[in-house]
Amino acid sequence: MKILIMLEDNNGKIHRMGLESIVAAQKMASELNGELGAVVMGKNADALADEAASYKLDEVIKVKDSLLDNYSADGYAEAVKQIIEKENPSYVLFGHSYQVRDYAPKVSAKLMQPFLVDNVAVKVENGKAVFTKQMFNAKLFSDIVPNGEGPYLISFQSAAFSSDALERGSASIIDANIDLDSSMIKTESEPPFKEEAGGLDLTAADLIVSVGRGIGKEENIPIAQDLATALGAELASSRPVVDAGWLPSAHQVGSSGQSVSPKMYLALGISGAIQHMVGMKGSKNIVAINKDPDAPIFEVADYGVVADVLELVPKLTEAL
Amino acid sequence: MKIAVLVKQVPGSESPLIINSDHKWVDEGAIAYVMNESDNYALEEALQIRETKGEGEVVVVSLGPVRIQKVIREALAKGADRAIHIQMDTVGEVDPLLTASHFVNVLKEENFDLIFSGLQSDDVGMGQTGILIGELMDMATASLAIKTEVEDGYIKVKRELEAGWFQWVKMSLPASISIQSGLNTPRYPSLKGIMGAKKKEIKVVEPNSNKSKQSLEKVYLPQSDKQTVMIEGTVDQMVEKLIDTFRNDIKIF
Repeated sequence: MKILIMLEDNNGKIHRMGLESIVAAQKMASELNGELGAVVMGKNADALADEAASYKLDEVIKVKDSLLDNYSADGYAEAVKQIIEKENPSYVLFGHSYQVRDYAPKVSAKLMQPFLVDNVAVKVENGKAVFTKQMFNAKLFSDIVPNGEGPYLISFQSAAFSSDALERGSASIIDANIDLDSSMIKTESEPPFKEEAGGLDLTAADLIVSVGRGIGKEENIPIAQDLATALGAELASSRPVVDAGWLPSAHQVGSSGQSVSPKMYLALGISGAIQHMVGMKGSKNIVAINKDPDAPIFEVADYGVVADVLELVPKLTEAL
Repeated sequence: MKIAVLVKQVPGSESPLIINSDHKWVDEGAIAYVMNESDNYALEEALQIRETKGEGEVVVVSLGPVRIQKVIREALAKGADRAIHIQMDTVGEVDPLLTASHFVNVLKEENFDLIFSGLQSDDVGMGQTGILIGELMDMATASLAIKTEVEDGYIKVKRELEAGWFQWVKMSLPASISIQSGLNTPRYPSLKGIMGAKKKEIKVVEPNSNKSKQSLEKVYLPQSDKQTVMIEGTVDQMVEKLIDTFRNDIKIF
């Protein structure tokens, strides 16, 4: 039984979620008695392979091809498909990053094998892995199993496993050849660029007051701003508030915004969608105020208040 | 320009979710359904492209039981030209490859230039149906689109990457694009639109007989190992306790 881990490049280093997938794979391998292989691709494959070789793995598979130097969904999907066909793993693990969301479904379609995404846990029952995924915007959990013969493609949500638990070791590096052709790549990509976040750096903030859809309307934003000012905190928000145009995108916390870890994160009317939680789970103290007692935000909150923010927050500001 | 938009009906963000006694799904009778959020943006993007071009057709394609005709009508009222309803029971169904294969059967009968889908559904949230369909139909694909520019024979898409990075990707048509929320301002249906929608065609088709490649074993309430201290009382008491927590527990003052 073999498990392959696809490691993503983050400017010459293994993407954080790749390290977390190694932890997941190490756990699965010990319970299922399997071999572990990590796969690195692209222009930084040498550096990634060296880094991967320092972890407890059986081998690191290095794939180099000029067509993989720059990311394309078609190129990466074809390369991964060919590696899977050569290695014949039972499981192929990914971090649930934006890049994986873009190309891994194509591997699933090419192989007609299932892709179980965004899992938060794995357990082994009767020699078979069962995967846990959040559903209904993180309000419920579900256990999902793949059917039929593998390989099964599996992705894990950011922070589902902690890279602190990585086991060190020394793996051999092998080169793998694949057969890519430029006609396989149907897209032309321009270089990635960073958009000006408006100068607001939330990552350094000690205190953050963050506002969600529960604030109701744009006219109510000052209620949150006033509390932030009274506390000496930065004002942040969840995605729906930015999408609605109530605050500029520089305020957004979450997978597509900033990742923060302040001393206190005070969430006002934020339900706690997965995409938001991955950006603020690392806060030292999370205080959530929401009128819905079942809001998923309360699962990560250290302190919870079930109340209408429009009623409670002005009084809180006044009392400070 | 012929655009298919995949629209899903999902529980609204404030809908009750009651787990069935067999833990296999939720009680659908108790759910308040709405159009999936990112699908609403995908629909708006398709309507705007048709309006800018001054020609073309926007076809809503949806999969689910009879109840989903409510969101199909809503999409028609907003301006879609016609609809295709793959009618089937979806209780406990979680396999995106199976879902994609149902859509491919229908979509291959028509020559769409573009297939738009929302990035992910707010219920099961597998986030891959649009990409699977594109790959199964040998089309170019792109996910996380936050801007689109359609030219003769091709589309340029601004994609969202992580941590504030973006990238423009260009591809020939036909293409399947999954749309991120927030790229436009979805319209509300007009009264005229609502009246007109009643006359628009909804073609009902049968699903295929393929089997699921992944199955739901059980649905349950989240289990958290985190102990949350709940602050209770009247509003004034809650304010007082919060300030006490800020001062003595979190020590921000």
